[in-house]
Amino acid sequence: MASSIRVRATSNGDITEVQALIQHPMDTGLVKDSKGEVIPAHFIQQLKFECNGKDVFVADWGTAVSKDPYVKFSFKGAKKGDDLKISWTDNKGGSDTTTAKIA
Amino acid sequence: MKARSALLLGSLSATLVAFALTSPRVIAADKVDPVADAKAFQNFYFQKFPDVKHEDFVNGPYSMNEDMKRQWQEKEEFPPYEFALDAGKEMFATPFKNGKTYADCFPNGGIGIRQNYPYFDTKEGKVVTLELALNRCREANGEAPYSYVKDEMASLTAYMAFTSRGKPMDIKIPDDPRALAAFENGKRYFYTRRGQMNFSCASCHVQSPGERIRAEILAPALGILNAMPIYRSEWSGMGTTSRRFVTCNSQTRAVPLEPQADEYRDVEYFLSYVANGLPISGPGARP
Amino acid sequence: MKRSLPLAMLLALSLAPAARAANEADYKAAYAAAEAASKEAAGMRNQWTVTVSTLAAAKKAADGGDFDRAVAAAQEAEALAKASIFQATSEKDAWKAMEIR
Repeated sequence: MASSIRVRATSNGDITEVQALIQHPMDTGLVKDSKGEVIPAHFIQQLKFECNGKDVFVADWGTAVSKDPYVKFSFKGAKKGDDLKISWTDNKGGSDTTTAKIA
Repeated sequence: MKARSALLLGSLSATLVAFALTSPRVIAADKVDPVADAKAFQNFYFQKFPDVKHEDFVNGPYSMNEDMKRQWQEKEEFPPYEFALDAGKEMFATPFKNGKTYADCFPNGGIGIRQNYPYFDTKEGKVVTLELALNRCREANGEAPYSYVKDEMASLTAYMAFTSRGKPMDIKIPDDPRALAAFENGKRYFYTRRGQMNFSCASCHVQSPGERIRAEILAPALGILNAMPIYRSEWSGMGTTSRRFVTCNSQTRAVPLEPQADEYRDVEYFLSYVANGLPISGPGARP
Repeated sequence: MKRSLPLAMLLALSLAPAARAANEADYKAAYAAAEAASKEAAGMRNQWTVTVSTLAAAKKAADGGDFDRAVAAAQEAEALAKASIFQATSEKDAWKAMEIR
């Protein structure tokens, strides 16, 4: 199955720019389906980006984040060719992880 | 008091009559002239927004607001329609149960042809949209049709639009009175007020592009279909042209028609034709 | 005399409708009229969402026995339907005023 995480990391001198698009329903638990039944909450609880053994970005999310979240941030201390590991866990015990090279 | 109001009324009616007489195209039974209509339509926007590059109109609200444009351009590096686009590419290549594929139903295998839709089918005597053609292809090959407004249909049209990106819209109106009637019908639909809110498509997209309706910036009608299908943040998902027509109707408190109703097909024909020459920018992302 | 005449008229008007509560027959008549207008609007492919919902509210009120509210809703639905018919008819020519020339 294809990864739910699409990521692009580019090195710009000392700064690495990261963009990621994650496929996830991010259901709030407040919406009803066409039958009138509540669609249970299903959302990413933690999203983590690690590089060279260190956490460079950690997000604790709740239901306010929309479907298929898009994240963009920059960090220092990495260079071209380094590995960037991305992982997430959700409230139903689901998870996914992927690694990308900084370009 | 009475004399003054009578004089005012008299002068007002005189002005109206004079105005009516001098307006060039007031006579009802004039010939349908799509070429002239398209030229007038495009010139209206080019003159109203002289700083907007002609091809930029297909980007809807982003052509009207610099801040929104910047945010959209950043997001285009990782656009929200990416998942639907990938799904559409895969679906397009997957054969039907009988072994045939979508490529067998379309010219050039269905690649790079989106800018030719909708077209007027002279055999049928009606406008045929891309979505209609796709479902007919499915049914002709023993497959169940898809919903016209979202999901699989939007993914398929997203892929087909993507293969045509940058190509100029190229809608043909054959020299057939039925085609001209369809164009005129679409034009009339576009300008007709409907719903309890009494809005026509023109109320927002001709009279107020670049202005706000509640928190949204209105798109110009010129090139408004070039970005279809779109991922709308409001929908948290993809939608086709039909989806937008249906929701627009509801928003003005008019009961929507069926997704491929004649009126919708005709207005799609009209709006696509008057955007001829402007590039396909689909699939698109909108707020 | 001048001040009491409009006051008297106001009193007369306010008293008149409260003279008798609506019954099922009143509702059926009002609903039939509203439904006919609504069907005509739908036939012109210019139905309003509020017409449909107000008509449904009239029926719901009647099913619950509240004929006063049912009649009021049916009359409102009829007015909305008639307005949508007027809109469709007048727009047949009025649309040209919005056309880009």
